[in-house]
Amino acid sequence: MDRTAKIAMLRDMLLARAFEERAAREYTRGNIAGFLHLYPGEEAVAVGVLHAAEPADYIVSTYREHVHAMVRGVPPRAVMAELFGRIDGCSKGMGGSMHLFDRERRFMGGYAIVGETYPVAVGIAYTIAMRELPEAVICFFGDGAVNQGTFHESLNMAALWRLPVLFVCENNHYQIGTEIHRHSAVAEVYKRACAHRIPAERVNGMDVLAVHEATRNALARIREGTGPQLLEFETYRFRGHSMADPGTYRPRVEVQAYEKEEDPVTVAIGETLPTYPTAEQIAAAGTDSIARMATHMNEGGLLEAAALEKLQAEIDEIVEDAVQFASRSPEPTLEDARAALDCNRGMEVLI
Amino acid sequence: MANEVLYWQALNQALDAEMAADDSVFVLGEDVGLYGGSYRVTEGLYVKYGEWRVRDTPISEGSFTGLGVGAALAGMRPVVEIMTINFSLLALDAIVNMAAKIPFMSGGQFPMPLVVRMPGGVAKQLAAQHSQRLEQMYMNVPGLRVAVPATPQDAWWQLRQAIRTDEPIVLLEHELLYFSKGMLDTDAEAPPMHRAAVRREGQDLTIVTYSRMVDLSLRAADRLAADGISAEVVDLRSLRPIDWDTCARSVEKTHYLLVVEEDSRFAGAGAEVAATLAERCFFSLDAPPARHGGLEMPTPYNATLEAASIPTVTSIEQAVRKLLEPLPQGEQR
Ligand SMILES: Cc1ncc(C[n+]2csc(CCOP(=O)(O)OP(=O)(O)O)c2C)c(N)n1
Ligand SMILES: [Mg+2]
Repeated sequence: MDRTAKIAMLRDMLLARAFEERAAREYTRGNIAGFLHLYPGEEAVAVGVLHAAEPADYIVSTYREHVHAMVRGVPPRAVMAELFGRIDGCSKGMGGSMHLFDRERRFMGGYAIVGETYPVAVGIAYTIAMRELPEAVICFFGDGAVNQGTFHESLNMAALWRLPVLFVCENNHYQIGTEIHRHSAVAEVYKRACAHRIPAERVNGMDVLAVHEATRNALARIREGTGPQLLEFETYRFRGHSMADPGTYRPRVEVQAYEKEEDPVTVAIGETLPTYPTAEQIAAAGTDSIARMATHMNEGGLLEAAALEKLQAEIDEIVEDAVQFASRSPEPTLEDARAALDCNRGMEVLI
Repeated sequence: MANEVLYWQALNQALDAEMAADDSVFVLGEDVGLYGGSYRVTEGLYVKYGEWRVRDTPISEGSFTGLGVGAALAGMRPVVEIMTINFSLLALDAIVNMAAKIPFMSGGQFPMPLVVRMPGGVAKQLAAQHSQRLEQMYMNVPGLRVAVPATPQDAWWQLRQAIRTDEPIVLLEHELLYFSKGMLDTDAEAPPMHRAAVRREGQDLTIVTYSRMVDLSLRAADRLAADGISAEVVDLRSLRPIDWDTCARSVEKTHYLLVVEEDSRFAGAGAEVAATLAERCFFSLDAPPARHGGLEMPTPYNATLEAASIPTVTSIEQAVRKLLEPLPQGEQR
């Protein structure tokens, strides 16, 4: 993968982190209410997966979907305005944090009833298969969601009819306060797919490049018409389940271990920056080449560090702009609400 | 002795009392154990009674509610907590097709001492999928009972009664009531589980309501009293069966009926109340029964619209004034 693509992924991860942390702040200020499920810690999954998708692919997501929407191209302004409940939000202030929709970008929605994403994805995939289109559906769900009946029901149908669905499990090890070993007899989600003969693998969800690679391969196989695939990404959420949940049921050491060792943003930064040769390597290269190489790398390194800072500053600006935009956007009216409800009525006049 | 408690604490004490009294009582649901319940209702029970009696479940509403049915058939008294009423839609088969039908279909062989507890209603900007009031759905199922406690005292009484009866009971708890305060007298004798309560006596009209709308109706009645309008407020406490005698007695006294519900009006709980009381009290009524409910739309996320979509103290007050407004000569309602 070229560096531009890596930088684009890093950019989206930085945006994801900054946006979500800002949303948390706006929540405590009272600008956002209701259930607010944030994504810090899990960025590599949404970014890696969605960067490997085509614009024509469909995305079906859960209530923890701000980042999925933004990486898909929904403007941060439209997402923030939706969190604020304003008319310029991507769901016109009717849906809020858990129900982001963007038809144009094939972002088919955030669903807040656990287990809803599978059948919706299967239905879209059925349409694609019937019409013999080259598209695919990406279906997100959590580790807790695999115990809903719709999981097996949908996997069976998808496999039976060879539907183009990529099932993506964001395994953050928790179903609110219940740790995976207390909610699942088989804690390796990918193993469940074999019951339906669906190819599946488990991938480190803290490593954006690994996520991207696995997704690209899975989508390529899906597009060959071989039916669904399942990827399980092991990840971790740094915050509580939602802003209403302090997350105190998790051992401190566990949270710290993930934050320190495996923060996917740090990992991604590491992966975009050029690696510096050690002093020994430079010395081993000989005087002349050492000098040239050292100069080149130093310059390159400096440039990268500065570029990273610049990128971060740009992102802070985007997030700030999104908040300003959301604050200025008007509230929807009851007429707007009725229009949304009756959007499919057309000219028909009911009695 | 009476103590001031929060609604969730009353429920918690009721569970504790019943679990202590009868080891066939056990609770199950998502995050009811280690976490202590989303609204703290099961707090402390996991430590006290252990994981077999306070079971954290996977997100499998259909099957863990069905598990409750099976356990009830085998002689247990399960209390299933469905995290919110919205998710009970996934458990409808267990509740409607199984719990409500098995005692009947088996020719009366089986008890069904199943309690399914679920918070519901419009809370604070939880959006359309998490702000539903589906009581009419359960009201329409013969074989089920539906209780709607509005106070900590009723929460305590009705949950204990629900656990003790052999019929399946859906207990609807309002999300905004969990942290409301009220007096709880654990020694006071309970009225029958489905007896309605006259919360405020009045002469000029009857407001029949339930759950969170009781408090709002009482506050509207206070305001109306300042204007010389005396409203009687009846809290149904149970939606299936409904205590028609208490309602009819009130309507026969006041001659006017307003039904207040948080749910949208169309085919809602209020429709049943208005229709039956119109039949029963037709000749006592000075005006057709009126219904005041939520707007006919899913709950919007936006706070202003959300507030506008359900009754408020002011809108209840207005509905009363409209009902009592003298009509111009010769005009009909
Ligand atoms: C059918 C249903 N049951 C319960 C809930 C409440 N709930 C919301 S999120 C959640 C946990 C989901 O865990 P997981 O699938 O692992 O996703 P995560 O939140 O960890 O991303 C629960 C129980 C719900 N929204 N829908
Ligand atoms: Mg999870």
